[in-house]
Amino acid sequence: MSDSWQPAASLVVLKQRASLWAKVREFMAGRGILEVETPVLSHAGTTDPNLDSFTTTFKSPVSTIPESLYLHTSPEFGMKRLLAAGSGSIYQICHVFRNEELGRHHQPEFTMLEWYRIHFDHHKLMDELDDLLLLIGLSSPSVRHSYAFVFEKATGIDPHRASLTQLQDMAIKLGLQGKDHSRSILLDFIFSARVMPGLGQQQPELIYDFPVCQAALARIRTDDPPVAERFELFIKGIEIANGFHELTDANEQQERFEADNRLRMAMNKPPVCMDKNLLAALQQGLPACAGVALGMDRLLMVIVGHDTLDQVVNFTFNQA
Amino acid sequence: MSTFSTSEFKAGLKLMIDGDPYSVIENEHVKPGKGQAFNRVRLRNLKTGRVLERTFKSGDTCEGADVVEVDLQYLYTDGEMWHFMDPNSFEQYIADAKAMADASQWIKPEEECVVTLWNGSPLYVSAPNFVNLKITETDPGLRGDTATGGTKPAKLETGAVVRVPLFVEEGEIIRVDTRTSAYMSRVK
Repeated sequence: MSDSWQPAASLVVLKQRASLWAKVREFMAGRGILEVETPVLSHAGTTDPNLDSFTTTFKSPVSTIPESLYLHTSPEFGMKRLLAAGSGSIYQICHVFRNEELGRHHQPEFTMLEWYRIHFDHHKLMDELDDLLLLIGLSSPSVRHSYAFVFEKATGIDPHRASLTQLQDMAIKLGLQGKDHSRSILLDFIFSARVMPGLGQQQPELIYDFPVCQAALARIRTDDPPVAERFELFIKGIEIANGFHELTDANEQQERFEADNRLRMAMNKPPVCMDKNLLAALQQGLPACAGVALGMDRLLMVIVGHDTLDQVVNFTFNQA
Repeated sequence: MSTFSTSEFKAGLKLMIDGDPYSVIENEHVKPGKGQAFNRVRLRNLKTGRVLERTFKSGDTCEGADVVEVDLQYLYTDGEMWHFMDPNSFEQYIADAKAMADASQWIKPEEECVVTLWNGSPLYVSAPNFVNLKITETDPGLRGDTATGGTKPAKLETGAVVRVPLFVEEGEIIRVDTRTSAYMSRVK
């Protein structure tokens, strides 16, 4: 008889998991942040060229035309529609799905905590994230550095001003195969190969103000150089959370969706239906806010001191 | 030659990197949250045995290396090169000292070896894990001599020197593990 029916995580971790979830809910309730739920299954998906949605088909009992649907990669769009409708600050703990991701720190299905704070910028939300980390027993407060600072410290290169050739040379030196990579890909590679492993080794580390080519859904601040108001949390070299001072401009959002889809086509990936409901909500007016998405399984993993997700999820993807 | 995409990089797949043939050891998925996915691949250089790490953008491709493993029969050495034959096709192959590496000290004519061919030429010759060889030279064993740990050096017919128990004598055939040079037993 095979043992694969048994849970992957130990019963001790099962309890630590429940306790972590309870602490998060207690924290949110204490600050008057409303728990919400949004659909997992949706007619529109994320256009982000680096995220791949699972798709499925709906067969209607009253129509012969099957409908293609997406499983969400994060609850972001639904939550922003609630914010635009006047919900106030909200949070959600839910399962999200990402295709083409599997490894020590990746499962195609995982648990995400996402929350939004009205009238916060990314620094104020980092303060709040720090409070949450203290509450759940990651006792030392985070250190904070800008992306440019940690990048330059680890590589000697200014990520905002370096030429493409400089980045290419560094990437080749670090073992990146292939040529003609874009600026964003080179930065992603150098960051993950050289910078990330050293982040958050002593205490949690927050990195903020990303290069504009890595803005995703963050506001861009027109400093010199301009930066994306985005932040990430790292613990023991592992990325735990990603947050934005949220883009609220509907026109810019639509432009970024369209640019994403052009990039997807160039990458031979199918374009994704833009979320027209999100664009309509932004048109109506998304209040100024900051939001952050946090991988709960990874957080649990670093709290209990394991080094693979397999040890902290009750059943792994391969057992599901 | 065929090309392979990063999702096909399984352990053992042979790829060409910077003009050399490599074998994939491990392929790990690496992805920053909002960024490009990569495959971090550990590879062994089949010419030098050295291990290297390269990162590929997920979905990129790499040219495969024409590397195959065949069973060949060892024929003879001319002092500089080692000659092998495919026992089925009778085709002959010539290996140089670099391809032979350690194998030359373990094999005698008619021995079958696994030979790694790259573009049809021997790249690496592996001696069988166990070989039976005759002792051509060893001192007579002295009873009670424990200072040397109960073993003595013995020269084999192929030239290799291994340590054998004191009771083993010149002219006997012994079984040796070629991976560790360890004496296994006497062969009747």
